This record gives sequence, C-alpha cells and structure tokens, in this order.
Amino acid sequence: MKVRIKFSKEGPVKFVGHLDTMRYFQKAIRRANLPVAFSGGFSPHMIMSFAAPLGVGTESLGEYFDLELTETVPTSEITRRLDAVMVEGVRVISTRQVEDGKAGKAMSLVAAADYYVEFRPGKEPEISWKDKINDFLAQPEIKVMKKTKRSEKEIDIRPFIYKMELQGDKIFMMLASASANYTKPELVTDTFFAWLGAELPDFAYTIKRLEVYADKGTEDNHKFVTLESLGEEVE
Amino acid sequence: MRTLALSDEILMKVDKAARYIGGEVNSVMKDKNNVDIRFAMCFPDVYEIGMSNLGMMILYNMFNEREDVWCERVFSPWMDLDKIMREEHVPLFALESQEPVKEFDFLGITLGYEMCYTNVLQVLDLSHVSLLAKDRKEDDPIVIGGGACAYNPEPIADFFDMFYIGEGETVYDALFDAYKANKAAGGSRADFLFAASQIPGIYVPSLYNVTYKKDGTIASFTPAKEGVPEKVCKQLITDVTKDYRAIKAPVVPFIKATQDRVTLEIQRGCIRGCRFCQAGMIYRPTRERNVENLKASAREMLQNTGHEEISLSSLSSSDYSELKELVNFLIEEFHGNAVNISLPSLRIDAFALDVMSKVQDVKKSSLTFAPEAGSQRLRNVINKGLTEEVILHGAGEAFKGGWNQVKLYFMLGLPTETEEDMKGIAHLAQKIAETYYEEVPKEQRKGKVQVNVSTSFFVPKPFTPFQWAGMYREEDFVEKAKVVKNEIRAQVNQRSIRYSWHEPDVTILEGFLARGDRRCAQVILKAYEKGAIYDAWSESFDYHIWKEAFAETNTDIDFYTLRERSTEEILPWDFIDAGVTKKFLIHEWEQAKKETVTPNCRQKCSGCGAMRYGGGVCYEGKN
Repeated sequence: MKVRIKFSKEGPVKFVGHLDTMRYFQKAIRRANLPVAFSGGFSPHMIMSFAAPLGVGTESLGEYFDLELTETVPTSEITRRLDAVMVEGVRVISTRQVEDGKAGKAMSLVAAADYYVEFRPGKEPEISWKDKINDFLAQPEIKVMKKTKRSEKEIDIRPFIYKMELQGDKIFMMLASASANYTKPELVTDTFFAWLGAELPDFAYTIKRLEVYADKGTEDNHKFVTLESLGEEVE
Repeated sequence: MRTLALSDEILMKVDKAARYIGGEVNSVMKDKNNVDIRFAMCFPDVYEIGMSNLGMMILYNMFNEREDVWCERVFSPWMDLDKIMREEHVPLFALESQEPVKEFDFLGITLGYEMCYTNVLQVLDLSHVSLLAKDRKEDDPIVIGGGACAYNPEPIADFFDMFYIGEGETVYDALFDAYKANKAAGGSRADFLFAASQIPGIYVPSLYNVTYKKDGTIASFTPAKEGVPEKVCKQLITDVTKDYRAIKAPVVPFIKATQDRVTLEIQRGCIRGCRFCQAGMIYRPTRERNVENLKASAREMLQNTGHEEISLSSLSSSDYSELKELVNFLIEEFHGNAVNISLPSLRIDAFALDVMSKVQDVKKSSLTFAPEAGSQRLRNVINKGLTEEVILHGAGEAFKGGWNQVKLYFMLGLPTETEEDMKGIAHLAQKIAETYYEEVPKEQRKGKVQVNVSTSFFVPKPFTPFQWAGMYREEDFVEKAKVVKNEIRAQVNQRSIRYSWHEPDVTILEGFLARGDRRCAQVILKAYEKGAIYDAWSESFDYHIWKEAFAETNTDIDFYTLRERSTEEILPWDFIDAGVTKKFLIHEWEQAKKETVTPNCRQKCSGCGAMRYGGGVCYEGKN
C-alpha cells in the first residue's frame, strides 16, 4: 500500500532543515508502529519520498511525502497514529492511498505551490505598493538575472507566476514549482519591490507555503489539483 | 507555541539553527510556576556532542521525574552564535523554556573531559554569571560540576560553587531537599553551601584551605570551617538492578547527534584494572544490570524514540556475564525490523565474530584491537591482559570470516617505555598483516589487508596507579611517533599498514589540567580571556594562546606535567575518597614497575577498597 501523507510545519520547527525533517519522520513512523516497507541490504531504509523540499526558516501548511506500507491500514488510522507522535508545530493533516509506481511519485508530480509573503513588524517599505501588483503582472516579461554554478543568465519569470494578489496584509502567490519550470517566492518578492524602486531590508518578510499542486492539464491549459486530491481515503 | 530566545534573523544566520530551538521529541516541558527548583543541565560542548552524553540524559530524566523540579538543557553555542551573542548581549538560555540560565536555581555542568574547561567559562560568561564563585550574588544560580573530571576538581575549583563526586543518582534528591529547606528558612547562599557540604559526595571548594610548600607541592589541605568533612566520599548506586534510574524516553534530537541511537548501559565499572585507565578505577566496583531489565529497557527506548540503532554501553562489554543472551535477544527481536545493533568494546573472539557477521557488513567494517602497548613487557606494566597470541588468533579468525581491515590502538609515553616497546607496535602490525596472507588463500582474498595503527600519547590521570608518573616534553612525544613511523616503514608489509598519531600539544595541556591544583585556575581564566574556546576541537585549539597564558601567570607547566611525584606527596585530589585506596594504588604502581600483572576482579580480589560499597563484582557468588 502506498500512501501520501500531508503535514504542516509551523513555529520553531521551521528551523529544522529538509534532511532532518526526513529523519524526524523516519523515527516518527517507527514510534507510530506503522507497517512500513524497507529496502534490503545491511543498511535498510524506509521507502519514502518527499514532494518538495522546504527551506530552513519557512513554514508550511501543505507538505507531502509518500510512504510504502507492507499491509493495508485505514488512512484515517495512519493519520491518527502518526499525528499522536508529533512534536509541537508539526501536525499530520491527512493520509491518502495513491497509485504505485514511479509515475505517481510525489516529487515528480509537483507543478505549482501557493505561498503567503508577509512583512515582519516594522519592515514594510513606506511606499505604496499594494495597488501595484497588477501593474507588475501586466508586464509582458519580468527579466531577472539567475545565477547558476557556472554562469549567470537572464530569465523571464513572468510565465512562472500563476497568481499574485493581495490578501489582507499578505501577498498571495501561486508559483511554478516543477523541477524544470520554477521560481521562488523570495525572488518574485524581491523583484517586485526592486521594480517599485524600493530596497527591502534583510529579513523583511516571512514566507509560508500553503499548498502543493500537480498539473492534470497541459502546458497551455493548466489544471492544478492538490497532491492530496490525487489519492483516496481507504477504510 | 513556544517563543524562541533568538530572533529569526539570528537563527537564519547561524549554522544548524535547530541546535538552539529545543522542542524535540521527549524533551520535557513544565509550568515554571508549578516547580520549586529550576535546574539548567549543561554539557559544555556543541549540541550534537552534548546530546550524546548518557550521564546527562539519565539525570535529565531523573530530575524531571520530581514534580518540584524542572530540569532543562544547555549547551555551548557554536562559535558563530557565540560571537553574535557577545556582540548583541543575548544571554545564554535553556532549550526547553528558552529562558536565561541566570534565572535558574542551579547550573549543573557535566565535566566529561579536561579540554572543555574554557567552554565552562564560556557558558558562565554568556549566561552573565560571574566566572569566579566568590563573586556570585545571592540570586545567581548555584554552579555545580559533576562527571569524570570532578575526581580532580581543583584546577576549576574557583569557578564552581560545588562539585558532585560520583554517580548522580545517589544524593541529588538530598541536595534538592536541602536547597528547598534553606529557601524556606530564609537562608543565604553561604548557608546553603554549608548545608550542601554535609551531604556525602558534595564538595564545596570554598570551605577548604590549601597551603603550599616552597617547592610548590601542597603542604596542607584542610576544612576552613568546623563541621566540614575532611574527606569527600564518592557516591554510587550499589544495586544497579533495584536502584538504576532507567531512561524510558530519551530526547530525540532533530539534527543528527554524534550518537544518533539508543544507548543501553549494561554495566558500570570494569573488572580489568588497566593501570592507565581512570574509568576502570573510579567506577569500581563493577556492577552488572539485570538482563531482563535490559531487554525491557531496550524495547521501551526504541519504541519511545523511533531510533533505528541501539548500542551497548560499558567499559568492556565482553565481561558482561549475560552478553550472549542479551545480544541474541537484540538480534532476534529487532534486527528484522531494520534496527542496527552496534557493539563497541567487544573483545574479538569466536562469539564476537559470529555476532558481528550477523549485524554488520563484513566487507565494509573493520575490527578493533586495543593492545595499548607494543610489547608484552609493557602490556604487563600497564596490566593490559591482551597477549599477542590472542590478537593474532582473533585477527586470523576474522580474516577467515571475510574481514580485511583491522584497527589497532596504542599509547606512547607510558611509564617505563623503551625504544623496543615503541618498535613493537610496528612489529605487531606486521605480524597481523602476515597472518592475513597465511590464513587466507590467494583465491579467497578480497584485495589487500589494511592495518590501521593509531597512537595517542599517554596522560596520567588521578586515582590511577599511574597518577604519580611523569609525562614527556612535546618534542619527546614527536620523537616517539617518529620511531614508530620509521619502524613501520621498515616492515615487509609496510604498504598494508597505515599510521596516524595525535598531536602532542593537546596531550600536554590535558596532562596539566588533569593533575593540576587550585592555582591552575588562573591559567585557564587567562587563556579564556585571551580567546581560548572549544579546545577539544582541533579546528579551534590554539596552543599558542595557552603558552602565553602560562607565561603571563608565571605558571611552570613542567611542574605539573614532567614531574614524577613521590607517593608521599599530598596530591590535589587526595581529599576525595574514590573507593580505591591509596594503599592499593601505590601497590599497583610498584607492581607496574616490576612488570607484574594483577588478576582481574573475577579471577581474584586484589583488595582495592571498593568492596566496602557492599555490592557488585566483589560479592558475586557470595549471596
């Protein structure tokens, strides 16, 4: 049985990095006594795969990993047992059974993600920016310099911004997050304010990931669905 | 949700921010308003090292079982955060509540190794607590030290209000009760220190006076006040089946600790009596835990942590009477569930090889022997009962079983050592390499044999038969390593032998700190003020700073390191009764010089003095 588990990560645990979060869940799965499948050999490891790595310092309400179990367990029971062994700040939200095989692997499915960008107290620039988001998006191209290990090149991030709008005091963004096409909320935010001519101080804002999506549509006609909705609850 | 002591901005700047956030699985949260005593338990090194310390975890669990105590953890901030905390005047905090250490009732510091002493000062300094105990105010935490280095607390006596000599399980309850009683009675800090000195095992340095002779040795060491005991007696739990405070749920770090596994303590003490080994003397008598308790404990800790590995902890696992039963249980019960079983300090014999072939990948693992000395003569001097025959037989069996890597540990600079002893290291390595080619037919060999020889330099430690021995100069140590290196080069199979040795400068400083007296505190303080920190880390250890500190405090390091002491001399730690008697240690020192071996505790009692604790190996078969 292959299951997809959705969890949130908020508060101090946002400083636990991606690899350590994986280790954390490996131990949690043992504490929850789930019938997890292992690879063979002298150092067997759990057959699990995380959807999208989350940077240190970023909170999230929608993280995913897939896990292979050796027997069928009701999905609600998996959620309950795993959630019971979490630390403060980490909650197991849901468990869904998903199809087996490489094609269904959480990581390769990731196409887009939602984010909130919120200014820390006192760090919001004193310019009017809230009504400029639409003008920013109305540009045919948004060119940024992208540094790679070898070179620096100019890329257009406009196609990667699926949505960007003001929600209360926060900026909501839906951004491309596929392995080939992606951009980061930090880059979009910094580019937006640079376009406005405002220089943001260091640590001006916090980022929270809200949800991760797969794309069931085409390049021209996206149909984004949450990773969770690709699976089913099992009794 | 808890609020962190450090801002996001700081945490985003430092390496491994998760070291500082607390909130790990099994960490203990309490309401500070519902406890009487807040205890900050500190291991003065980086989080990953400190979180691997078993003693600290035992006390953390034990203290928190008391409803009136909340024990939290404190570690040395790594150098990046250390710098920021100094610049921004951020006080050091405990991980659980994230509140400043200065607000606590106690700051307990585990002293695992001498090279942590400047980090002790770092912790006090960052906590905004006076470095010298005499400068502390009524409201400052009581600073208490414990652990192996507390068996000679004198070099750091000025920095501590008190020390706990022995195993923490025994009198901490009495200490806490005395603290509460003193508070309730409106007593002062000084009142509490005196009350604490009445508790067996508690040493309050400010209540003792030391005078010195012209030659620099101690003339007298006496209580400064009536009613203060002359001797401080080591405390230990006699019955480790009944009174062992087993950890049910160890804290599970978010980041990978050095020991990222369940540690199962199977026994305390060691029957062997190696004359260089402090642990083998101060933890006497050997006491074994009940195997059924251990099985239950292993199951419970694996369940509560989710660790994927369990390791046995003891000074010499092979001497544990029910090792076979325990190991077979662990393999049967857990190995199928992808739990690794790690068995350090196993003597290589048929049983060990059989077990190891089950739990580890023979092709990738290496076997470890610790002959400690290169010749049988010197092994007799140090009372290391491992013979060349046993080593070669063990290695031969291992080679036949598929291993082809061997690690060998030795010490250089042991008492009575000659050039022949040093060269013996190379010869033993050569014989092991030869054994491989003799025992394993050509067609079955999987590549070359690899013999890794490693030497450290010997540091005489208090409460060992070698506590009177002299050390060598830095250049002498280097010379000794060269002798070994050249002799290895001269062996037929030299290409199969790799040699590495530790730098001698750390060794000499360790020797100074291990056998120092109260006057050494000024050197440590000076070195700290000049920037010494994390001396246990080669990347930050700077011997140059220490050399300046010696010069500026007019301290002659040679007096502490090079000098062989007379058995008549009053040693700085003589006021401690560590269980083994001075008479026994002197006898062992003489036997060493005569190259005579002393049988282990199970073969024959040598009357070391530990029997008066009324338990352990001394009474095996007598009940």
